[in-house]
Amino acid sequence: MPGTAFPAARPVGVSSSSTMLSPRQGLLRPVGCGVEELRRRRREREAALRRARREQQLVSKRLLRDDTPEEAEGRCVAAVLGEAEIQQFLRLAQRGTEEKEREGALVSLRRGLGHPETQQTFIRLEGSMRTLVGLLTSNQALLQLEAARCLHELSHSEQAEVAEACLPATSYLLTYLAGHSSDLIELCLYTLGNLIVESEAGRRQLLPQGIVPALASCIQSPHLAVLEALGYALSQLLQAKEAPKKIIPSVLASPIPEHMLRLLQPGPKLNSGVAVEFAWCLHYIICSQVNNVLLITHGAVSTLGLLLMYLAGTVQSSEDAGLELLFLLQKHPSLLPEGLWLLNNLTANSPSICTSLLSLDLIKPLLQLLPVSNVVSVLVLTVLCNVAEKGPAYCQHLWPGPLLSSLLDTLAFSDTEVVGQSLELLQLLFLYRPEAAQAFLQQSGLQALKRHEEEAQLQDRVHALQQTALHR
Amino acid sequence: MQLPPAVHARLAAGPGAAEPLPVERDPAAGAAPFRFAARLVRFPREHEFFEEGDVQRHLYLQDVLTGVAGVPERPRVPEFTCQVAGCCQVFDTLEDYEHHYHTLHRNVCSFCKRAFPSGHLLDTHILEWHDSLFQVLSERQDMYQCLVEGCTEKFKTSKDRKDHLVRHHLYPGDFRFDKPKKSKGPATSMAAMEVPTEAMGDDGDTMEVCSEHVTPPPEPVGEKRTYRHRVPSTVCFGQGASRGFKSTKSRNKH
Repeated sequence: MPGTAFPAARPVGVSSSSTMLSPRQGLLRPVGCGVEELRRRRREREAALRRARREQQLVSKRLLRDDTPEEAEGRCVAAVLGEAEIQQFLRLAQRGTEEKEREGALVSLRRGLGHPETQQTFIRLEGSMRTLVGLLTSNQALLQLEAARCLHELSHSEQAEVAEACLPATSYLLTYLAGHSSDLIELCLYTLGNLIVESEAGRRQLLPQGIVPALASCIQSPHLAVLEALGYALSQLLQAKEAPKKIIPSVLASPIPEHMLRLLQPGPKLNSGVAVEFAWCLHYIICSQVNNVLLITHGAVSTLGLLLMYLAGTVQSSEDAGLELLFLLQKHPSLLPEGLWLLNNLTANSPSICTSLLSLDLIKPLLQLLPVSNVVSVLVLTVLCNVAEKGPAYCQHLWPGPLLSSLLDTLAFSDTEVVGQSLELLQLLFLYRPEAAQAFLQQSGLQALKRHEEEAQLQDRVHALQQTALHR
Repeated sequence: MQLPPAVHARLAAGPGAAEPLPVERDPAAGAAPFRFAARLVRFPREHEFFEEGDVQRHLYLQDVLTGVAGVPERPRVPEFTCQVAGCCQVFDTLEDYEHHYHTLHRNVCSFCKRAFPSGHLLDTHILEWHDSLFQVLSERQDMYQCLVEGCTEKFKTSKDRKDHLVRHHLYPGDFRFDKPKKSKGPATSMAAMEVPTEAMGDDGDTMEVCSEHVTPPPEPVGEKRTYRHRVPSTVCFGQGASRGFKSTKSRNKH
């Protein structure tokens, strides 16, 4: 057994996401790979994804497999299928006398379709897709399922022409969403999701074929596996670049948003695999800024707030407090940028939340976050500015206190944005709490400022502060 | 970040503990060369701020390998037989039975025993194939409903509907669940006279054996029953299959 024998394009790596959310997962790990190797591969994949995102080419698909690990090993060794073999399997599937024989032929085909080469041969073979679609729509239950699995393998291909060859099947995939076999529906949904993300041509076909109403009906299913698959397909649809104009309006007009929010309600019924998909769906809708007011009227803000609190393991005390979110940040430091962004939007126009921040002694914990990263620093300083800009009553609680020495530390940072935001905060502090300027001088503040006198983006503000400090 | 231990208790204590401090702004605040203004921040979809989250999302998609069988593996049960009359299929997992039942027995026309993928298509079929009132009404008004969920268009003929499906909804011209009904009776305005595109033999339906619930090929209405393809004598079409053509005579009056 070769050390790195592993099916092509299969997932590798260990997810480092929070253990609080642990959707059902099977992870295939290549034999003989150490932890360091895994980490290195993960870093590579992350870098590739970042590049892809910058080029707006972010395409990832999900693969459904029903193999046991032993079968999966068998797949690695399975050979590439040639034209003749594919034809034989198809013929057997269509016209074999024994039901088991027909099913077995399709299973063999499906295994072969795990190889990109076989995929190419298949799509180039005349009539192959037509035959497969015929098997998909036959009334032979097991053949149907196996044919759907073949289609699914093809949909997962990294080669665009292979996935696009599946497009003739979409009207049938959508038809089966209205059926009742949850196994088949789940397969159809994952396949649709893969086809959706593959190409705009696919989406241009699926929208008039009625994918949105079909998903709207299907979202009422009680089956968790179906719901997770639906969330995945929907997330791919909403992530499309033309979504804000062409897709999101009809999704918002459908019953889908209410159901999504229902599935995100915290409590014993919350399923993490399902919730992850619909949370991303909501994100794509909301950041597209199409009609967020509608979502708010459906209760999006309170649902999401309650969900965050649930995940943080706390209980939300009052509707607009929002500061419990700090508990979440304490547990999940990777969420700091997003959490602080939220804190900014909570504090910007709210004297009461700013007052609470002060009265609950939350300034010091926030200051502890300054060294984490430049992005986090800027956000923390912005939140503090939100508090300080509300006037003398607020600044009275900011100094005396640890704030000033923290600011002297941030002035030693090299990042211009961090320093710039520090200067803004100092201006507000000096304006509303003149005694702080005095203390600043005594703690070698002028030296700290001098460092940035030549920096183009900072010099005007630096000079202004120097003047203020000296003339108070 | 270390939150003060009292925070938990104090937040739980009650809403709006303190009266907000008075706000009093000086116009010099944020004045040039300074520029700070408290404001709500919104990031557009493509903003770099979402890059980290998107990367994590895509790693997740690539890593999560979902099994149809699910984890843990599906429990096997003692073998049991499908209870539907005429069906002898045997199962050892509930999920296999569920799929079988839903595919072959759930949406079955009691007149002609054809199985349909969904309740919606079954209802449409019964209406258009087996309801004599439908035939009457369709002479005077548009009765053929579009098959796409959410589309409320209705058409005078089956062909018009098919054209709509192809042109408006980009459906394939040979969509398998829109077989027009053939009528061998006297020509009527509503009869869809076009020949069904491909024979069902294409997909091997005719080779079904007794163990599966069989869907017979669509038969023309009328006295003569003609088979469009040869069916081996060993194939049975299920026990007691009712053709449901009792109302043939009245239909042919039109």
